[in-house]
Amino acid sequence: MRTRPAIRFAPLALALAALVLAALVLAAPTARAADTPDPVADAKAFQKFYTQKFPKVKFEDFVNGPYSMNEDMHRQWEEKEQFPPYEFALEAGKEMFSKPFKNGKTYADCFPNGGIGIRQNYPYFDEKEGKVVTLELALNRCREANGEAPVSYVKDEMASLTAYMAFTSRGKPMDIKIPNDPRALQAYENGKRYFYTRRGQLNFSCATCHVQSPGERIRAEILAPALGILNAMPIYRSEWSGMGTTSRRFTTCNSQIRGVPLNPQDDEYRDLEYYLSYVSNGLPISGPGARP
Amino acid sequence: MRTLLLISGFLVASMAPALAASEADFKSAYAAAEAAEKEAGQLRNQWTTTEAALAAAKKSAAGGDFEQAVASSKEAEALAKASIFQATSEKERWKDMEIR
Repeated sequence: MRTRPAIRFAPLALALAALVLAALVLAAPTARAADTPDPVADAKAFQKFYTQKFPKVKFEDFVNGPYSMNEDMHRQWEEKEQFPPYEFALEAGKEMFSKPFKNGKTYADCFPNGGIGIRQNYPYFDEKEGKVVTLELALNRCREANGEAPVSYVKDEMASLTAYMAFTSRGKPMDIKIPNDPRALQAYENGKRYFYTRRGQLNFSCATCHVQSPGERIRAEILAPALGILNAMPIYRSEWSGMGTTSRRFTTCNSQIRGVPLNPQDDEYRDLEYYLSYVSNGLPISGPGARP
Repeated sequence: MRTLLLISGFLVASMAPALAASEADFKSAYAAAEAAEKEAGQLRNQWTTTEAALAAAKKSAAGGDFEQAVASSKEAEALAKASIFQATSEKERWKDMEIR
């Protein structure tokens, strides 16, 4: 008599166990898939997020940052482009680019296609070095290889040089590649982690402003979407009263959230640039840009 | 009554030096703050406010205000520990914000 209830419930228990097992089997690959880096799927989801959030913004317009966020801002950008504030830097960059080093060589000797129209391929993963190489880093390495002292990564000469190189690449779609090398995938993943990790006393991540709040105001400024944010680099910022590079943007973002910035071109920043550029693949280079 | 007053006066006088922070107190508080900030640095997550509190502690100590120097050191230590907590908790939590 005592065994009867147990017998009666046995099929139910078995069915429940089978359900739990099936759920575990089904859930396991999903959890693994979520943790396996998949840059192609990431980029697709990233771009879909912004195009759905801002259905009125044309895909190629995301490179205009805050100026893409509403019609008023877009008009401001069009007016600014009549007499762009980055023009002086552009001219200086062109001059610097063609002026020979003391050994007679020029920047053109360090880059494919003489450095013209190649901005969309930077940063790239250097399989020899096992690290990400940004355009800024490549420019300073070029200087050093030719017996010149490196320049500051954040403004002035570096901003002018990258402005010129970006200008010669305008309209070309960002084309960042991740080679079949686990180190490249790791660099991409590190960049992604940096982008989403909260830091600084204000407990902000890059995503707090540029994913959660693009188009919103932070004090007097309208936040830019992360999609295409590096395509416009370097930029003239009214706030800086001058030009600034990607390195300048990263380090000042860190200080603004009360975090001690890393050194320009530290691995974290190089990886961050790799990730952000990759997920903006297909968007045109628009640099140099101008921002409020 | 006079005896009570005398005893009270003696007690206050003898406790005063014990309450005031000394250079040794500052050195110990500063070392603790500096160690925590070093740990935050290893996690690549230092805060500018921690650095500012450490600088303020040094400045107060240089001016002989060890009371303030100890207070600033303790503030720096608390900030550094908060930044360590942030870096540790973000090791996995960043994924919650990811666009998928």
